[in-house]
Amino acid sequence: MTWVGRAIRRLEDPALITGQGRFTADAAAVHWVRFVRSPVAAGKLRSIGSPDGAIVVTAADLKGVKKITPMLHKFNYKPVGQPVLADGTVRFIGEPVAAVVAASEEEAEDIVDRVELSIDEMASVADARAALDASAPQVHTEAAGNVILEGKVKTPDFDAAWNNAYRIVKVDARSRRQNATPMEPRGGHATYDVATGRVTLTCTTQMPHLTRTAICDVLGIPESDLRVIAPDVGGGFGQKMSLASEYVVLVWLARKLKSSVAWTEDRRENLIAGFHSRDQYITLEGAFDRNAKLLALRTDIVSNVGAYSCFPTTCGVEPLMAMAEMPGPYDVQQYQCLARGVMTNTCTMAPYRGVSRPVITFALERLMDKAARAFSLDPIAIRRRNLIDRFPYKSAMGLEYDEATYKETLEMAVKAIDVPAFRKRQAEARAKGRHLGIGFATFSERTGYGSPAFAARGMEITPGWETVIITVDPSGFVEARIGSSPHGQGLRTTLAQIIADEIGVTPEMIKVVHGDTDRAPYGWGTFASRSLVISGGATLIAAQKIRTKLIKMASQLLEAAADDIVLADGTAKVVGTDKAIAITKLAREAYTQTHRFKGEIEPGLTETGHYDPPGTFSNACHVAIVDVDVETGHVKIEKFLVAEDAGRIINPMIADGQVHGGIAQGIGNALFEEIIYDDNGGILTATLADYLPPTAHEIPPIELHHIETPSVNSITRAKGLGEGGTIGAPAAIINAVNDALSPLGVEIDEMPATPQRIRAAIRNAEKAA
Amino acid sequence: MSQKAAITLSINGRDYSIGVEPRRTLADAIREDCGQTGTHIGCEHGICGACTVIVNGEPVRSCLMFAVQADGKKIRTVEGLAQGDKLHPMQQAFMDHHGLQCGFCTPGFLMLAVGVLEREPDISDENLIDVLSSNLCRCTGYQNIIKAVRAAAKEMRKG
Repeated sequence: MTWVGRAIRRLEDPALITGQGRFTADAAAVHWVRFVRSPVAAGKLRSIGSPDGAIVVTAADLKGVKKITPMLHKFNYKPVGQPVLADGTVRFIGEPVAAVVAASEEEAEDIVDRVELSIDEMASVADARAALDASAPQVHTEAAGNVILEGKVKTPDFDAAWNNAYRIVKVDARSRRQNATPMEPRGGHATYDVATGRVTLTCTTQMPHLTRTAICDVLGIPESDLRVIAPDVGGGFGQKMSLASEYVVLVWLARKLKSSVAWTEDRRENLIAGFHSRDQYITLEGAFDRNAKLLALRTDIVSNVGAYSCFPTTCGVEPLMAMAEMPGPYDVQQYQCLARGVMTNTCTMAPYRGVSRPVITFALERLMDKAARAFSLDPIAIRRRNLIDRFPYKSAMGLEYDEATYKETLEMAVKAIDVPAFRKRQAEARAKGRHLGIGFATFSERTGYGSPAFAARGMEITPGWETVIITVDPSGFVEARIGSSPHGQGLRTTLAQIIADEIGVTPEMIKVVHGDTDRAPYGWGTFASRSLVISGGATLIAAQKIRTKLIKMASQLLEAAADDIVLADGTAKVVGTDKAIAITKLAREAYTQTHRFKGEIEPGLTETGHYDPPGTFSNACHVAIVDVDVETGHVKIEKFLVAEDAGRIINPMIADGQVHGGIAQGIGNALFEEIIYDDNGGILTATLADYLPPTAHEIPPIELHHIETPSVNSITRAKGLGEGGTIGAPAAIINAVNDALSPLGVEIDEMPATPQRIRAAIRNAEKAA
Repeated sequence: MSQKAAITLSINGRDYSIGVEPRRTLADAIREDCGQTGTHIGCEHGICGACTVIVNGEPVRSCLMFAVQADGKKIRTVEGLAQGDKLHPMQQAFMDHHGLQCGFCTPGFLMLAVGVLEREPDISDENLIDVLSSNLCRCTGYQNIIKAVRAAAKEMRKG
């Protein structure tokens, strides 16, 4: 019996369902911190007036503290520094200007209200296209014209393909701004140890080691003086992988006060200053031949990156990922792209689950549906003609796609949803004035990519590899220390399943330790659908070494050939005999009876695995059926179906849970969630009554179908799948809305497709007619 | 800062005599004054429901109630759901049906669902989804939470 492939219950759950989880905000501190934040979108900071007796820390106090300056060495990137507290200039509403320290959170908040900021307000710009205008205010002098980076690519034969096209189809896609909205806002707790001079920072991060590196760089202290702990983290979705400047202040304060300080972000802070994403304009044109086969793609990507560049990815993460992965699952070798990161007086952009791919998939899938219409084809037929079906496939951008099932998942979804039956129902409904629609989205999801992929972006910091150290201790229990930092993905369970199969013990005997820089090896954390592939690969390598050593030990003790020994059910057995020894006993002897191994086996039972894979592509086809109320603009999702392929599945229950959760976020993206700025950079969505993550009402039952194509680029054969749900769902839903409204001559190429936007589109179409 | 009021919070059968400012929310008092950190705070404006506890038999958003309003009332939090090592059917069902991922919203969902099912054991599916729409979860997409609550409802009706 193997453990991999089984839907075992999660080892994480018992603590979390009994209220025994340990989250950052659970620890008490001597001092509490609240931040004074900029009330204006742009201005010169003249003075900060503190109430008598209050501890108010400002940039003037932080002498020697460097700016956070993430770096890219390509794409004409302009390094832009962010002072951890605003230093003379404020650039967005919510930017931290001062830190107030008091004995309680309430008291600190009272003082914040009494801090007087004198700011000369300046003209600001919130919209990326407006920021490109020659007359627009400059957010940073270093980034002339507000362009912080510019990626350009044009394949050699592009013009020839373009000029030979039978038909050009164009889409102007607009994705509004989102906030990842983890249910636990950010927060940190820093405590100083007088004896050692070390600070322990407990914070809600997805990347504890890099948080340590970044803070020590900025403060100019040795990394050995800082321990970073990511305890239970209440969701991250990318928002918690970027460095919060607030954490730097907390560590600085703990050292200064030689005490403990804590900050718990409130929801308003999170919504206005906790990083945003997905604010993009994409103009996409496809050149098709007579048979609706795509010959070339041309695109212009304008990504609103906000007021600063996030660490570590830099603000290149959205525009550059859009540029690199735009051709998606379609076979097209000629490609031209201009991708710009544009600075504005808005909250800084950071990665959010899916990073750009929800937007590029939206643009591409709208393009495919428009092209289908132009060629009088159905949306399925045009995808059949254009999806990649030979592997390995090299994309126009030089990415190598490993074997996947773009066409197969499409066919699987088409069959499962029963398109002819739907079309019949749709026609009947239309006759009665009801507007049903069906929408498809096929996409590729690049996952588990190693350091070369990040290096290709010119990143100064190239996350990629992971290290796992497995120890079987003298008790016979197993501990795997990992550099990844899961926060809901169930990695403690799935990695235990991988180890259990290698060394023949049950997952309950295996503890996966993560999220503590004192306990875990240096690693990059959990993001970019990487942990199961990369940390899982490193786990497999380390576990294989443990297995080899256990077999060698057993072979000596049982006087049998290594090839004849199997590890299973907690025992090393000699095949075909009754000779056996318990693995717990072998582990004990590895420490306590080393003389028995004649100096041929090193003492102890600890092995290390490193893994830095090339990356592997998951894929899926999403299908949505919607019912649009043309009077109110309300969209009801009747059905959502997914056919997906993420390689070998380690734990089907956890895998399905990731897909469900991603789709729910994608539905929010498609229909509800939007961070809104007014023309003065004022933010209008600062509560969860204004910014609307979906509830149980809005999420339909999700039907999942699977194909497992083992990846040759991943030693566990698993592909990543953490982001796919968010990538496909918005496109499928908005295509379905468009299908529903097609008799009215309405086209919606903007998300979220809120009731207001749908109504406006219908009204406009009525006027035009 | 204002005068502190002396109140007694009865949480999971144990009395906590504490002094709180009148403006202190029940959520903060449960967590900070009584040390029961299983109740989480997600928005402090009554939308997300992460802080849901049961007060005198009714699910309540503890961020919208002042601690002084709960003086003398019977409060149940996630820490009181299991009887010793025996999990409440709702907790067991959340594990069995993968109704949680990061676990941050989970205590609120557990208390919401338990509070409602104790009041209305035969709640219709439609009403159940209405009720569960009171709270936000960002990880699961809700389907497994709904499954878990349905399964627990069956168990609780037996019980």
